[in-house]
Amino acid sequence: MPDSLALDLARVQFGFTISFHIIFPAITIGLASYLAVLEGMWLYTRRTLYRDLYHFWAKIFAVNFGMGVVSGLVMAYQFGTNWSFFSEFAGSVTGPLLAYEVLTAFFLEAGFLGVMLFGWNRVGPGLHFFSTLAVAVGTLISTFWILASNSWMQTPQGFEIVDGRVVPTDWLAVIFNPSFPYRLLHMSVAAFLATALFVGASAAWHLLRGRDQPAIRKMFSMALWMMLIVAPAQALIGDLHGLNTLAHQPAKVAAMEGHWGDENEPGEGLPLLLFGWPDMAAETTRFAVGVPRLGSLILTHSWDGTIPGLKDFPAEDRPNATVVFWSFRVMVGLGLLMILLGGLGLVQRWRGRLYRSRWFLRFALAMGPAGLVAILAGWYTTEIGRQPWVVYGLMRTGEAVSPHAPGTLALSLGLFVVVYLFVFGAGIAYMLRLVRKGPVPDEGAEATPGGPGQQRHAMRPLSAVTEEH
Amino acid sequence: MGIDLPLLWALIIGFGVMMYVLMDGFDLGIGILYPFLPDKIDRDVAMNTVAPVWDGNETWLVLGGAGLLAAFPLVYSVVLTALYLPLILMLLGLIFRGIAFEFRFKAWERERPVWDAAFIGGSFAATFFQGVVLGAYVSGLPVENGAYAGGPLDWIAPFPLFTGVGLVFAYALLGSTWLIMKTEGALQARMVRVTRPLSWVLLAAIAVISVWTPLRDPAIAARWFSPPHLLWFAPVPLLVLASMALLQRALRRGAQVAPFVLTLFLMFLGYAGLAISGWPRILPPDIDIWRAAAPPQSLGFALVGALFIVPFILMYTAFSYYVFRGKVRPGDDGYH
Repeated sequence: MPDSLALDLARVQFGFTISFHIIFPAITIGLASYLAVLEGMWLYTRRTLYRDLYHFWAKIFAVNFGMGVVSGLVMAYQFGTNWSFFSEFAGSVTGPLLAYEVLTAFFLEAGFLGVMLFGWNRVGPGLHFFSTLAVAVGTLISTFWILASNSWMQTPQGFEIVDGRVVPTDWLAVIFNPSFPYRLLHMSVAAFLATALFVGASAAWHLLRGRDQPAIRKMFSMALWMMLIVAPAQALIGDLHGLNTLAHQPAKVAAMEGHWGDENEPGEGLPLLLFGWPDMAAETTRFAVGVPRLGSLILTHSWDGTIPGLKDFPAEDRPNATVVFWSFRVMVGLGLLMILLGGLGLVQRWRGRLYRSRWFLRFALAMGPAGLVAILAGWYTTEIGRQPWVVYGLMRTGEAVSPHAPGTLALSLGLFVVVYLFVFGAGIAYMLRLVRKGPVPDEGAEATPGGPGQQRHAMRPLSAVTEEH
Repeated sequence: MGIDLPLLWALIIGFGVMMYVLMDGFDLGIGILYPFLPDKIDRDVAMNTVAPVWDGNETWLVLGGAGLLAAFPLVYSVVLTALYLPLILMLLGLIFRGIAFEFRFKAWERERPVWDAAFIGGSFAATFFQGVVLGAYVSGLPVENGAYAGGPLDWIAPFPLFTGVGLVFAYALLGSTWLIMKTEGALQARMVRVTRPLSWVLLAAIAVISVWTPLRDPAIAARWFSPPHLLWFAPVPLLVLASMALLQRALRRGAQVAPFVLTLFLMFLGYAGLAISGWPRILPPDIDIWRAAAPPQSLGFALVGALFIVPFILMYTAFSYYVFRGKVRPGDDGYH
């Protein structure tokens, strides 16, 4: 077993780098599809407001995409630099899945991104729209593969162990492992929700400042329709995902619920804890405040059903319930607020006050980062809930880590922290600066006609940003 | 099974890494050449020549990593652990370089020097540490029980540091000849002036590495200098000299495209030379591609995708270059 300080440092480094990384792809996934919708609407209706919104969000997308690419490159190498025994053990499964992600998604996105961002005047509208669609589809294909890989680590199947290494025997079973469909749906929808909240908050910011323009109204309206329909759907998907986790990773669910197994009399059912402090050393959840029987109802869909408690698992096989209990509640709480936002949006629309009610606009603005926070909280729940395993039931995280000295890891972690905070801090600031500028009417309208390859001094798709400063 | 899966995968990864070196080579080279382009307009134009394609170019590096994990997990684990610090520094360099594209054009005027510096520093660091990784890898990594058995700073040695510096010159040459092809006027003339000395320095670096590798490794000496091999491989150094001579001639004649194509060929020859030296050892000095390979179920599954999809990737990559073909001028499409 490696030095436990070295293991902790390696875990912190992975958690830190992936937490930063996931923010960007989540917005990339949502915005790419949003841009495809906007461009499609522009071509279909020829209403310039869709074109203006397209150019506005394309700039923000470009900054976000760049940050996703560079932070993702780190992830692709970190499996080897920091988790070499995991890579040796399970690379035969995760490697081909990652290779398919690169081949079918990363190249597609990168190949058409240039045309999408810089080709408005170089290719015809059809080809440009095709490029936007290719990028959007690429982001979804990427989601498919990376979640297949992650889900396999959660609920592995379709393999045998030969000479201490995983050998895949059935690729369909590997990819469509039990938790994959739920995780794929849950994460894709989360990306759309997070993006809709970001778009909605951007619109709310402008509306609060009196920039009541058709384009801004349009994006606020689109975001809230999205919220109304998709936030409740996400709650349903999340519930199914939770039941799937209960079937395959009961220790994780016990930790999420702060349930030790000896709190309740038989027949009493499980309460749903609203508050509590799971204490791993004392093997109890302190200060528990719960609604009787609601836990049974949600988890077993019955009045007095019960689930395994943490005490049913050896102490060395239990995930940290203190963290998982709270990260799960943060995610669910934010999800409920999203449903509320969507519902209130409908009410305000009905009353004709959607674009004017200041408290509602402030609520939408405050919910801007909620989707990203919920995504992070959800990932902490599922990943920390998988511990102490890196591949559930097969390999412990402590067995996976590369043999680096703590000093080496402290150095690399320190570098990552400094660079990420500086670089991505600046990047997020630039994205918000672009948001504050707002859509520019008739951007892209001065396009000169002509086929690809025409040499000319054309309009400037990304010029609006710098000129005024 | 008649198909030698490890061999095919070694070729695919070799192809991917070569694509990376050639294509991200000229992007990184532009960052390395930025100090020679103090003027903002020139810097804008130089960056716009690669803005639509740099991301695709860098994706070949991700393919290299993913392919290695899929096909040779042992190599992926050992090499990435052994060369931890230079790889992390390379990745950090690529972060600064990558974000500079977007940030530089989104920044306020007074912030731009920060992202210019990030572009220059990131390009230098990424290139230098790539060269260090290459040199340390070629030198051989001690492996015991399937794990790296050397120290964290073993890469600080004359040969890896030399290959690091050598690669900086190589990418700079790719960048300068790319800009000769993609720009015109004073910027192009300036690039012609830097290309000449760069090419001579690179030739010297290739010569030093060609002498140094066989001297420090008898197996490499035997590979190149034993009787039948000497004849087979003799064209490599001869072609290097020939393409060098053609490059000088092309520069004198004011050719637009030829210098870049010849530099690509020169890089290909250098890459091929290293591959000849190493083949078929994938973890020098002892482990060959067959011993390090993943199970055939993994190799076969991934191979289907690679063989089917790579041609499409090459097609739409070519399409993207075609869309953005021709000279880039101040005020053209792109960032401003």
